[in-house]
Amino acid sequence: MRIFRILIAKPGLDGHDRGAKVVAHALRDAGFEVIYTGLRQTPDQIVRTALQEDVDLIGLSILSGAHLQLSRKVIELMKKEGIDHIPVFVGGIIPPDDVPQLLQMGVKRVFGPGTALSKIVEEVKTILHEGVASTGGS
Amino acid sequence: MDHKLLAKLITKIENSPELAPEIIQRFPESRSKVIGFTGSPGVGKSSLIDQVIKQLRDKDLSVAVVAIDPSSPFTKGAFLGDRIRMRDHFVDEKVFIRSMASRGALGGLCDAAFDVVKLLECSEFDYVLVETVGVGQSEVEISNLADLTVLVLSPGFGDEIQMLKAGVMEIADLYAINKSDLPESDTLYTQLLAFLSLAGRGEKQVCRTSAYTQDGVQELVERIEDLWNSLCKSGMLDERRRKRLQYHAEHILRRLVQKAVHSVKGCKTENPYEFVQVALSRLCETHLKKDGQGGGI
Repeated sequence: MRIFRILIAKPGLDGHDRGAKVVAHALRDAGFEVIYTGLRQTPDQIVRTALQEDVDLIGLSILSGAHLQLSRKVIELMKKEGIDHIPVFVGGIIPPDDVPQLLQMGVKRVFGPGTALSKIVEEVKTILHEGVASTGGS
Repeated sequence: MDHKLLAKLITKIENSPELAPEIIQRFPESRSKVIGFTGSPGVGKSSLIDQVIKQLRDKDLSVAVVAIDPSSPFTKGAFLGDRIRMRDHFVDEKVFIRSMASRGALGGLCDAAFDVVKLLECSEFDYVLVETVGVGQSEVEISNLADLTVLVLSPGFGDEIQMLKAGVMEIADLYAINKSDLPESDTLYTQLLAFLSLAGRGEKQVCRTSAYTQDGVQELVERIEDLWNSLCKSGMLDERRRKRLQYHAEHILRRLVQKAVHSVKGCKTENPYEFVQVALSRLCETHLKKDGQGGGI
């Protein structure tokens, strides 16, 4: 039986992961297998983890303000490793003005402060099912 | 093997165990040193493995880690958090770490563990380290999978009465008293030696380690290597490998039997033994038709 695997990652130097843990917990309770990388990961560490864990989705939690640079770097490295088919979502302190840029670089969804957990879970399910539909369920 | 391919194949085995024989047969047989790490939650298994990886990498040996955490009995979800402790090795090309959820298995491993370890051996890692879920007293399946098993203990384990209990205390080839930087570890060490002396075992089986200060980890790795070599020389290793094969076969059979039992429909009997006859004949029908390859195992 297929159970979806989700990586929750904290790129960059911010030192708070309460949000990432809350989201990881909610996804666990929604029936997903959640791998958490812990704080202060480089994009390289995150992409290597995603590759070895063969995850179906990557969530980046960024509170430091460096979301544009970090997300871009993660997506670049994913392309380099040939795993850019894995959808990415970003959560954290993201100014609304930056959301279009994130979406343009390939991020599937952006969840700002105050997003309901139920909304995140629902969107995650939608993204995963889009992925299954486009790859024929493999 | 390329890590990306390896990762994909592990997923396949995990989700569709019937594909395992075909996947594993693609690669030439190879043998790694398979070391199990077990112990209660929070004793520092993952942190200790992190330090063991460091020692092995200093010798330029390649390492694969399978780290298992429990699945929820309610939602089937899991939080896989062993990997966090091994972050120094994420970008090392010769280290492959895979987190797995127990998916309802009760022995401390997951159902795919035997096949996944086999695949990792085929990938020619020098060492395959298997971390069980945090165990209680009776989850001993790791001893059927690993060449040798390290039981990780830490202060707070309990008094010597806990050591006398059967189960996980018996399966260890080596005991690592982790968090040995804490003063309470002296008492645990004394208790453990007293316990082991009852069974005619002693200091050679015990290492005092601290994943935090890194003390004792080098010694633990040396003990693991020495013991593995002596098991190899004495023929015990081959015996353990034969035992592993039997357990692996038992796992596969159990899955096939479950499938066969659930596939029996329209059997009106109220006699369970008659039901078994039907299920058995169903099992044989499905799996005895091809020349030893099994019909869709």
